[in-house]
Amino acid sequence: MVLSGCRLSWNREYVNLLRLTATEALELMKRGEISSSEFTGAFLSQIDRHDDDVFAFLNVTGESAREEAAAIDASASGRPALAGLPTAIKDVLCTRGVTTTCASKMLENYNPIYTATCVQRMKDAGIVTLGKTNMDEFAMGSSTENSAYGPTRNPWDLERVPGGSSGGSAAAVAAGECVWALGSDTGGSIRQPAAFCGVVGLKPTYGSVSRYGLIAFASSFDQVGPITKNVRDAHLMLQFLVGKDPLDSTSVEYPVEIPPLEDRDLSGVRLGIVKELVGEGFDSGVMETFSKAVAMLEAAGAEIGEASLPHVEYALPAYYILAPAEASANLARFDGVRYGLRAGDTSGITEMYEETRRIGFGDEVKRRIMLGTHALSSGYYDAYYGQAQKVRTLMVQDFASALGQFDMLISPTAPTTAFRLGEKTGDPLTMYKSDICTIPVNLAGLPAISIPAGLSEGLPVGLQIIGKAFTAPTLLQTAYSAETAIGFGRVSPLIEGQD
Amino acid sequence: MEFEPVIGLEIHVELSTKSKMFCGCRVEFGGEPNTRTCPVCLAHPGALPVMNQQAIRYLARISLSLECSVPEKSIFHRKNYFYPDLPKGYQISQYDQPFAVDGQLHVMLDEKDYRVGIERVHQEEDTAKNIHGGESGRIAGSTYSLIDFNRSGTPLVEIVTRPDIHSPQVARAFLNKLKNTLQYLDVSDCNMEEGSLRCDANISMRPVGDTGLGVKTELKNMNSFKHLEKGLTQEIIRQTELLKNGEKIVQQTVHFDVTTGDISPLRSKEFAHDYRYFPEPDLVPLIATAKFVDGIRAEMPELPEARAQRYMKDLELPEYNAEVLTASRELADFFESVTEKTSASPKSVSNWAMGDLSGYLNSTGEHLATKSVFPEGSNICKLSPENFGNFVKMVDEGIIGVTSGKEVLPEMCKTGKSANKIVKAKGLTQISDQSELEAHIDEAIAGNPGQVEQYRAGKEQVIGFFVGQVMKATRGQANPKLVNELLKKKLSG
Repeated sequence: MVLSGCRLSWNREYVNLLRLTATEALELMKRGEISSSEFTGAFLSQIDRHDDDVFAFLNVTGESAREEAAAIDASASGRPALAGLPTAIKDVLCTRGVTTTCASKMLENYNPIYTATCVQRMKDAGIVTLGKTNMDEFAMGSSTENSAYGPTRNPWDLERVPGGSSGGSAAAVAAGECVWALGSDTGGSIRQPAAFCGVVGLKPTYGSVSRYGLIAFASSFDQVGPITKNVRDAHLMLQFLVGKDPLDSTSVEYPVEIPPLEDRDLSGVRLGIVKELVGEGFDSGVMETFSKAVAMLEAAGAEIGEASLPHVEYALPAYYILAPAEASANLARFDGVRYGLRAGDTSGITEMYEETRRIGFGDEVKRRIMLGTHALSSGYYDAYYGQAQKVRTLMVQDFASALGQFDMLISPTAPTTAFRLGEKTGDPLTMYKSDICTIPVNLAGLPAISIPAGLSEGLPVGLQIIGKAFTAPTLLQTAYSAETAIGFGRVSPLIEGQD
Repeated sequence: MEFEPVIGLEIHVELSTKSKMFCGCRVEFGGEPNTRTCPVCLAHPGALPVMNQQAIRYLARISLSLECSVPEKSIFHRKNYFYPDLPKGYQISQYDQPFAVDGQLHVMLDEKDYRVGIERVHQEEDTAKNIHGGESGRIAGSTYSLIDFNRSGTPLVEIVTRPDIHSPQVARAFLNKLKNTLQYLDVSDCNMEEGSLRCDANISMRPVGDTGLGVKTELKNMNSFKHLEKGLTQEIIRQTELLKNGEKIVQQTVHFDVTTGDISPLRSKEFAHDYRYFPEPDLVPLIATAKFVDGIRAEMPELPEARAQRYMKDLELPEYNAEVLTASRELADFFESVTEKTSASPKSVSNWAMGDLSGYLNSTGEHLATKSVFPEGSNICKLSPENFGNFVKMVDEGIIGVTSGKEVLPEMCKTGKSANKIVKAKGLTQISDQSELEAHIDEAIAGNPGQVEQYRAGKEQVIGFFVGQVMKATRGQANPKLVNELLKKKLSG
């Protein structure tokens, strides 16, 4: 029986497969030390053991995963680049023939007729798909508590949330239920859960990764990206995600090469701490951990200074006008006419629409549709949508100016560590503030990464590094050097328990 | 007080591109329902639109033909409303930054020139088609509805005129001219019955001499030019009566019932929409560089005016003939291929084309086989340009008489046979044999001494009587010119 460990033939060393990074596992598979079937089996076993508690997966495709892994193992030569890596996919991405719900009742039995471009690119590179991960319904939320199918729990503390909206993907990586995962980030939905779960999350520059097949929340913000155990894995996955897709007009050919990572320190790298994103309103534990991490970066040669985004206080309100405005249109297609839920026993088209959407959508989704609809209404457009667009322009200018003085900007990824389930569900505004550090980045379309900065009272704290547009190579290199300097090296108790 | 109407038109044109506006599905009329669909035009979750470049080229052609200016940047907006034929819940359209603005089209009516300003030309997409079950065929009272998404996402260009039109007749003439222009541009089949050309009209009244605008009503979805003219006429009568009685016009959409000729207001609720327009984030701005616009200008097909000039100059057609011919792309194209493929006289060809041939086409509803765009399923006339040219030549050369020609031409159209074959089969060749004609002439002279007397006494028009007699005797096949000559000789002899 395959458990989570095996002995490697060359030195008979016992290895906890759940601790392996994708890069390490690829190397071992290439050398024939482990098979994809063993590796896949280890994750499926871990899912069996823990996912009733964690609930990272909405749908585990164990059988097809084993078949995919066996097929990879059987093909002796010409293995694709990511061959055999067991991957979890956020349920916001369409997968042909595999139920894709977006964690909504609206799509409870929806089987897409096509596969999202980014998933297809990963599949073409040989990944094994383990299943679809839980999330806030339609990616709207910061705790995964807005899933219509129940919340995901944080592998570091099962009483706490994993963050959101990609909480299922982050928790799956942190719980050792997959080697890496795909997430999506509209206002922080990759970085904030990565921070809460002690893993790495990268939001690429808007336009880097095709959105075709990503069920839209807010089209001008949404971006798919990796959630991984370390920076090297994020660097690896990103290369397979980026590139122009003829099916997404907003996607572009990635303008630069993404060279291999180098082992070097942070000498000569100018990092600006965003002064508006530290201090007041931030947990002291978070600030303490963040400051310690910054000191380690400085010790590794980084030049640390103070940067400013003067208009950042308007970012949150602007985001909560623009994103819901786009969402109000994006979610109009869920009308019960062609697919998904349709309310029965209604008379007439209007009642069918109303009833379908009343039953199909959760409270947060309804709240945002109403917010967005209102913001676009005749007589309010200029005051809301128009003003918010101006703020967006100001944010772009703020970042341009700050990134003129510094190579990159840094901040905590979130003002708190993972909070308790139910702690913020009664107060949407407090919940929204959970994304205060990440949202400004989406307004400007910039790339940013969250890496573990350390623990505060046993819970992970994230360090966010923000770069200029289309500079993933330097952002990832800096994050890699920072990761080395910080030397976090911790895994959740669920992985540790299998050592 | 006298009132004058102020009319502005909104025209929707379905483009005849190969594929839809934002996906690769084929554009075609009819067919098995829901066979030309994909995740994009069915609005499946996660699907994204991609602009059809050919549609943009067609849009540019239309804009330039209407003398619009094309700003370098235009953007798409989402127009939001719920309806089952609109799968995304919004239509991708253009709003405050349209593709083209400020153009014009001149219309001739009763030898007067009318200038109609074009406010804007923009790109959007068509909806799917609802088919309502139940007796009325309308959504109210239907027991079920079916949706055919084959039309969903078909490229649609909207043309909006300025309120420069002051009579239903000019409105109709404008649409005729526009339709003809669009056909010359090869961008649409312009078939109104199939909905590839649709028109809404805004109309208000004002005291003659005023320059302001009154409260307008809207006549929607008029499905023929004739109905549009009639509907406008009715609405002018209705508004004028109201105003003369001192009543107010209510801004609303009105329905023109083509069977009863009545105008009735639609409930205001049906059009009180707030479309919540906002920029479409799934598409990048549409950039029309000077190079692109110049390229389109260079590839513009020849428009009717230019073609009429060419016919007058190169083919020596009278102005009237040139204008009538070019007023239909189909007729003009056919005419041109006749003159290219045969040595028939262009003027004679044009006369037959404008006369008997057009008459035949109007009565049968057939179309000529040319490269112009036709709606699927149209009946194509079997007359080939070669046969037509040779026919005209035979008439000109006196081989067929004009009267026989009028009998031969429809037969050629119906069967596709050459004039030669038909004439032979029917024995309609003109008799130009002198001895045969002389025999008939002698008979006519011998049998009508009274008329001979009259002629010889100086009443020369009596010759017509004799020609008629000879024609009768030869069943119209005698060469009239020759008969005339011979008669004159014999009568005076």
